[in-house]
Amino acid sequence: MAGAFWCVVEDDRRGRPKRVTAELIGEARRRAGELGAGVEALWLTDRAEEEGLGQLAGWGADRIWLVEGPALAPYRGEVWVPVLAELAQKEAPRAIWGAVTSRHRELMARLAARLGVGLAADCVGFALEDGQLVAARPVYAGKLLSRVRWRGQPWLATLRPNVFKPADEGPAREPRVERPAVSVPPGAATLVERREETQTGLPELTEADIVVSGGRGLKGPENFVILEELAKVIGAAVGASRAAVDAGWRPHRFQIGQTGRTISPKLYIGCGISGAIQHLAGMRTSKVIVAVNKDPEAPIFKVADYGIVGDLFEVVPLMTEEFKRVLHGE
Amino acid sequence: MKVLVLVKQVPDTATQVKVGSDPRAIATTGITWIVSPYDEFAVEEALRIREKRGTGEVVAVSGGPERVKEALRSCLAMGADRAVHVLDPALEGADTLTTARVLAAVIQQEAPQLVLTGRQAIDDDTGAVGAQVAELLGWPCLSWIMEEAIAEDGATVRAGRQVEGALELFDLPLPCVLTAQKGLNEPRYPTLKGIMGAKKKEIKELGPGDLGVNVDGPQLELVRLEALPPRPPGRIIPGEPKEAVRELVRVLREEAKAI
Amino acid sequence: MRIELTDEQQMIRELAREFAQKEVEPIAAQLDREGRFPHETVRRMGELGLMGIAIPEKYGGGGADTVSYVVALEEVARACASHAVIMSVNNSLVADPIHRFGSEEQKERFLVPLASGRGLGCFALTEPQAGSDATNQATLAVRDGDHYALTGRKLFVTNGREATVALVFCQTDRDKGSRGISAFLVEKGTPGFLVPKVEDKLGLRASDTAEFVFEECRVPEANRLGEEGLGFKVAMTALDGGRIGIAAQAVGIARAAYEASLAYARERKSFGVPIGQHQMVQWMLADMATQLDAARLLTWRAAALKDRGEPYGVAAAMAKLYASEMAMKVTTDAIQVHGGYGYIKEYPVERYFRDAKITQIYEGTSQIQKLVIARQLLDLG
Repeated sequence: MAGAFWCVVEDDRRGRPKRVTAELIGEARRRAGELGAGVEALWLTDRAEEEGLGQLAGWGADRIWLVEGPALAPYRGEVWVPVLAELAQKEAPRAIWGAVTSRHRELMARLAARLGVGLAADCVGFALEDGQLVAARPVYAGKLLSRVRWRGQPWLATLRPNVFKPADEGPAREPRVERPAVSVPPGAATLVERREETQTGLPELTEADIVVSGGRGLKGPENFVILEELAKVIGAAVGASRAAVDAGWRPHRFQIGQTGRTISPKLYIGCGISGAIQHLAGMRTSKVIVAVNKDPEAPIFKVADYGIVGDLFEVVPLMTEEFKRVLHGE
Repeated sequence: MKVLVLVKQVPDTATQVKVGSDPRAIATTGITWIVSPYDEFAVEEALRIREKRGTGEVVAVSGGPERVKEALRSCLAMGADRAVHVLDPALEGADTLTTARVLAAVIQQEAPQLVLTGRQAIDDDTGAVGAQVAELLGWPCLSWIMEEAIAEDGATVRAGRQVEGALELFDLPLPCVLTAQKGLNEPRYPTLKGIMGAKKKEIKELGPGDLGVNVDGPQLELVRLEALPPRPPGRIIPGEPKEAVRELVRVLREEAKAI
Repeated sequence: MRIELTDEQQMIRELAREFAQKEVEPIAAQLDREGRFPHETVRRMGELGLMGIAIPEKYGGGGADTVSYVVALEEVARACASHAVIMSVNNSLVADPIHRFGSEEQKERFLVPLASGRGLGCFALTEPQAGSDATNQATLAVRDGDHYALTGRKLFVTNGREATVALVFCQTDRDKGSRGISAFLVEKGTPGFLVPKVEDKLGLRASDTAEFVFEECRVPEANRLGEEGLGFKVAMTALDGGRIGIAAQAVGIARAAYEASLAYARERKSFGVPIGQHQMVQWMLADMATQLDAARLLTWRAAALKDRGEPYGVAAAMAKLYASEMAMKVTTDAIQVHGGYGYIKEYPVERYFRDAKITQIYEGTSQIQKLVIARQLLDLG
């Protein structure tokens, strides 16, 4: 279908699409519906499982463009971009959307340069204005919202995870898979080593539904265990403020904020975090914000939906106990 | 080895940013301008490369109005050897592709072995320019790097990029583009000597015309900027810690349905 | 007229601000509590060029000017007054006079380490019976061949314990009064140079203030700074410059107190509104801001005059007088704005208050500054 919305599949590197892909397809279906366009998935991978293809169809991908090949993993821009560009030039999609993930972020930027079109990065909303799609994206560390539109097509965008309502799992349907004949160029970069981060047993920060986060109020690295215990009970990821990271209490990859990760979980629980502007930038789009701080004047209470003024060393363990009781009947 | 660093001048993170009288720009009065923090990591890395190799040149490049020279001068004060300023106020509101075209043209003129920049500028937060420059030049690129080491022969670089759950180390042929993530290094302060020496260093001025790039006609148009709607006022749950926690867990489940 | 910092001066201010906020401010309260000299951050100040700001590069300094020095000093003082005095003594009272009066050989030997921060200087003028009355020196330097033998006591020497070299003022000829005083650069470890005591102080607790005793301490003639009998001039010139530094230090301390008060006035509520909405508090804040600005302008003017090579003694005295009195008032009012919280150690304003007091005393008390100013006004010489 010409003029379709293409969603680039973000997968788990084991042949299945990640949930953020359902969010992409869900939003694309809503916008494409308004314009009478179709939604198609575009999957570049070294390995696609049948089940994964079925999932994409179930979410509502009318067609799946699948390019499989060993050179496609791990992601390298100089390999992926020519493949995508060739397909896009041939099929003329109306939009190409990716997720705000490490590889899509770079991929979409390079693709935009290759195609000579605009890229709206890190979008949190779309609306039709005068028949044109307008994207909303936070700028200045989330202090302002910028509304942008494209001069030409395709409309390239990356969508922030956890913001858009994912497509519902539709009735199972046979995926319509296209395996286009495109040449996959050899890459210039070669992977030497992949160092897995130490497994915390907790979800990834940017993908988690719930995030528990700690700041200077934790007083030392050893006390993060209090947050980890709560996180285990409620299935949360553990993050940290810049103060905690700069103090060397947590590695940088756990930092939430302007110079760290941007997250929008369903529930954010900030403990001993004052709520500096630069931290708020990383979490203010969370759906529900809870703050625990002994200082009633801490700025985080201004953005919190619920707050407890108290000592986190007392409050957090009580929360862990209470959640254990109501969630697990312990 | 010649290393080019692409930097952007942005409002300080602590600055209150407000929409200007033209809703497509911010009000610039009272703003403190700084070098975007990620770009500082890039400058620092370039200086370390020069120091480690004992030779080489570090050139800082930026585009925008006259005041961008302040940002370039901070790079010179940190230790960059010289700077290039593409002087055009229109570059300030340009989309990333326009910016990338201008910078790619400078890179072609300068022909460095390596281009470094921050993973994103903290104003527009698009994070595309580094990758787009690489694409326009047909170079490989690695984004969000946490470590970097150039091979002794200066032909390749080994760099590690941060991805979800891992660090991926690649060997890349030079020239290439690397974008810096926090954690790559700790940028130095310019020393007093560096500051005083900066005024003797060259800031070469170019116009977009000198580069043959048209800066009008962005591919991505800014319709307007808006203040974020404030979050509805929250509530402090009172009471003894035990009761407060019990009430909090109840409202999270029953009212907010967050868990 | 334009009151505007040059690009370099602004960048130096930024450098000092960033350094002070990131590396000094977080440790200031603890240093004060423990009365501990901050070796690590003083070494960093040296690396950054803050220990010899206005000394030319060829002598290890930053090659900037006095205005740069005062804007940097204000930033450091805002974070920690102790760091500021360590910096100020080294810059104004030791490095500057060596640069001005020293021989090439002395500059190589003494100035380079001090200006680059590898050494630390101190200034030993005050004696048990000679504080404000500096001509009345009892420490003797008796010539003995190509050496002098120093004997006497010096009090209240800032940086005294930690310094590597002391600028010591002695009587070389009792009959000549102020013209019988000479200045000597005495290295630590010289036999007969003793540091028997370090004072326990109200404020500036992270800087050390020591007592020196000289017992037949033999110092080579090559260590005499300037001609014999020129010592009083060396001391007075150094103090003129030093006063600009103390004024900047006072401005920095007061600014810290003012900024803390402003933030507190926005946050703290009484009678249902932030206390900043109450007129009494508004008046105090308005006074603080105005006086702070006035003191800073006087300080900048004195520094600018010095940079232009014009007479600056009176301007420096005015800046020091006004800024130190202002700092005492502003820090007192800051405690008032904070109420009971201002009086306890959990908040930093009590430290600002304790640190401010000395600015009215050292490098010439407020009363001495008035004397300096009045003598000039009335042409009393």
